[in-house]
Amino acid sequence: MKSVIVESGARFLVALLLVFSVYMLLRGHNLPGGGFIGGLVGAMGFVIQTIACGTESARKALRADPSNIAMAGLGIALLAGLFAALFGDALFTGQWLFIGATEESKGLPLSSVLVFDIGVYLVVMGAILTLVFALEEEA
Amino acid sequence: MGSATGEAAAHGAKPANRRGQGLTWVPAALAAAIFAALWPAIPTVAAGEVLRWGVAWVPSLGVNFSVLLDGLSLTFALLISGIGALVMLFAAKYMEGKYHSGRFALYLFLFMLAMLGLVLADNLLTLFVFWELTSITSYLLIGFGHADAKSRRSALQALLVTGMGGLALLAGFILIYTVVGSFDLAVVLASGDVLRDSPLYLPILILVLAGAFTKSAQFPLHFWLPNAMAAPTPVSAYLHSATMVKAGVFLLARLHPALAGTDVWLWSLTLFGGVTAVFASVMALRQTDLKQALAYTTLMALGTLVLFLADGTSAYAITGFMAFLVTHSLYKAALFLVVGTVDHGTGTRDARILGGLARAMPVTAFAAALAGLSMAGLPPFVGFIAKEVLYKGAGELPLGTIVTGFALASNALMFAVAGIVCLRPFWGRPRGETPVPPHEGPWQLLAGPIILSVLGLALGLMPWLKQQALVSPGVDAVLGRGGEARDLKLWAGVNLALVLSLATFALGLMLYAFHVVLRDGLNRLGARLPSLDAGWDRFLDGLKALAAWQTRILQSGRLVNYMAVTFATLLAGLGAALIATAPGPIMLEMPYLLVKEWGIALLVLAGTGVVVSTNSRITALAGLGVVGVGVALIFVTYGAPDVAITQLLVEVLVVVLVALAILKLPSLEPETGRRRWFDAALALGIGGAVTVIMLMVLDVPLDRRLSEYFEVTSWPEAFGRNIVNVILVDFRALDTFGEIAVVAVAGIAAFALLKTKIAPAKEDAR
Repeated sequence: MKSVIVESGARFLVALLLVFSVYMLLRGHNLPGGGFIGGLVGAMGFVIQTIACGTESARKALRADPSNIAMAGLGIALLAGLFAALFGDALFTGQWLFIGATEESKGLPLSSVLVFDIGVYLVVMGAILTLVFALEEEA
Repeated sequence: MGSATGEAAAHGAKPANRRGQGLTWVPAALAAAIFAALWPAIPTVAAGEVLRWGVAWVPSLGVNFSVLLDGLSLTFALLISGIGALVMLFAAKYMEGKYHSGRFALYLFLFMLAMLGLVLADNLLTLFVFWELTSITSYLLIGFGHADAKSRRSALQALLVTGMGGLALLAGFILIYTVVGSFDLAVVLASGDVLRDSPLYLPILILVLAGAFTKSAQFPLHFWLPNAMAAPTPVSAYLHSATMVKAGVFLLARLHPALAGTDVWLWSLTLFGGVTAVFASVMALRQTDLKQALAYTTLMALGTLVLFLADGTSAYAITGFMAFLVTHSLYKAALFLVVGTVDHGTGTRDARILGGLARAMPVTAFAAALAGLSMAGLPPFVGFIAKEVLYKGAGELPLGTIVTGFALASNALMFAVAGIVCLRPFWGRPRGETPVPPHEGPWQLLAGPIILSVLGLALGLMPWLKQQALVSPGVDAVLGRGGEARDLKLWAGVNLALVLSLATFALGLMLYAFHVVLRDGLNRLGARLPSLDAGWDRFLDGLKALAAWQTRILQSGRLVNYMAVTFATLLAGLGAALIATAPGPIMLEMPYLLVKEWGIALLVLAGTGVVVSTNSRITALAGLGVVGVGVALIFVTYGAPDVAITQLLVEVLVVVLVALAILKLPSLEPETGRRRWFDAALALGIGGAVTVIMLMVLDVPLDRRLSEYFEVTSWPEAFGRNIVNVILVDFRALDTFGEIAVVAVAGIAAFALLKTKIAPAKEDAR
């Protein structure tokens, strides 16, 4: 089932969805969003790519095998949790660094919590795409 | 019973694996070092001191890795490490060049560590952990010749029987904890009165006895022990005579101050111990394999030990217990090693063939004679003293006549068996051709039997040594109070015990003289009795049949049936809970709904209608998607944007995923009439029950403590304003980590399922 309209429309949609997924991931701590939602949106982008252009092209766009992405995400989340142990805190305690903080503003916050959320993002996206590719390639 | 041909054949079939071969002496040396390290503690403990040492292990559960060194544990620890060193020395030579001898040495050593941990534990849970470790290591040892189906069966049987007992024991320990509030032995042993008065006393006792009786192979769960003789002889000598099977007896002795002193304790120990002792000694007479005969006499000894723990008021009985414990370990380990040496030197253990070995194997014969005389209970050996004290103790017990009867019968039979095992193979004329011309074993094989049997004579001549070092402190520990141990004397004057001893000898001589006739008679009788061993197999078969039956019923392979079973179970649970709480009328005011809320409700209803009425899968899926979107809209209206977004995204993805799968499925087959009614009833039931529960939840005031906590702390402590996300990634990050692990595993599992299904198709294509 090839359709020129879907294919060309998908090109824009996929790009938009991927950017949007990262936006959802990053804003998640203060506004609706987060790693889980971001991962779902990102997966959706590649699902559209799959439907429009087939798994070959989606795999090429993804570069890495989706199950590896899921495993890497799990590893990143675990490391983010273990990171707290370096400072003598309980596992999975958030560690924060505020770059350029002044009296009034907190500057640019960096945290192990964000790293953890990136791990969640990758696991969700990787697991869903593993499933979708397997289903699609079965035909 | 099993053939008595040498084990060498069973193990020699495979090419020898020489890895670790040069290091098999290491375990023996380490065991000897442990023995030497324990030795200096003797005077301290004998002076009445109790040594304790420990570190916290799992402090949140009150589990400490702590060591308790008193008379009882020191006696056991010395026996375990001392006999262990000799057995491992024996094993290093016995297994030399055989299949995986290095691994064998390792298993044996691991077992010794587990056993030491068990007897030295000062905490019930620590004790339990080591208890299980002895079961596991003994499984590995019994099944060591795993190429042989009989070995495998015996190993599994021993593991399952002792494992069941282990579970019961754990339950018993937990009940003890609920009564006294601590797993520490010091507390448990001091709370005897509280335990005995507790309503949980009977369950505790039954569970603990189940553990002890399975481990110490009491009738009717004894059958695993003779089967366990499939193991190489060093294992039989070590695990199944001197150490592991005594773990149950040790447990009873250890908990004696806490649990003994009731009628239930008295009767159950007397009956189980007595029946085991007599039954086992009759069975021992029947055996033609020397090792099997010894196995049954071990059962007899275990029964006797249990029997004499039955009553704590008699200091003589407990003294007899301690004396017999040490004595039995010494001569029984020696005799097993003797049988191993005979097996090694002749290639057989069949009592009907062996005879006149003394000429070819003089040293073995000497050790066998000393150990055998001790086993028969003749003066001046330790066996005699132990037997005298046992008879004295038996007379003091409340069930004295019964116990004396049990003891007399089993001692006489033991006397006869001692003759069969230790006398007949070595003296007289050869009765048949042995597979290998008899020859004496090397020194490593002989060291153990000689040292142990000579020790039996030395301690018999100097009973005060054993008394001061081991028996008196042990008695104090079992009774939980000091200074009551009775004296061990070689000559105690003419008394009832001596008369009983003489009667034992007379009866034993008679049994020995006629044992060949008796054996045939017993075999004829035994063939007619039901076999517990076969009963065990039937029990396992029944268990497997039950598992297969319920799998057939519950795992039909049709998704529709799984769903029906799952939801029916859920409905039953919910319904039972609802009926049990018996909710009163729920008074709720119908809230004022806006048009958009009515609209959402209509949308959901319409979607549901489509799902139940269509025969096309894709239409049903679209209908479900509509329901999902409706739910997401409800979340939006009531201010939960995060949940709504997630719901919407998941809903879309599910539709995509299922649509991909559906393309490969046939269209829905309409269910038959009756099934459709059942499904409808189930669906309405679940919906109704959940609705009632939701209304009940709304009926009680909302507890906002958690929400308020997160609202207040989210920004100052976790620097985030989106509470949902802050909870996910910070407050409850560990939970989230568990969840994403599940997501990843689910993705990979589904992938594997899909791929394995298409694999055969690919092969066909080629």
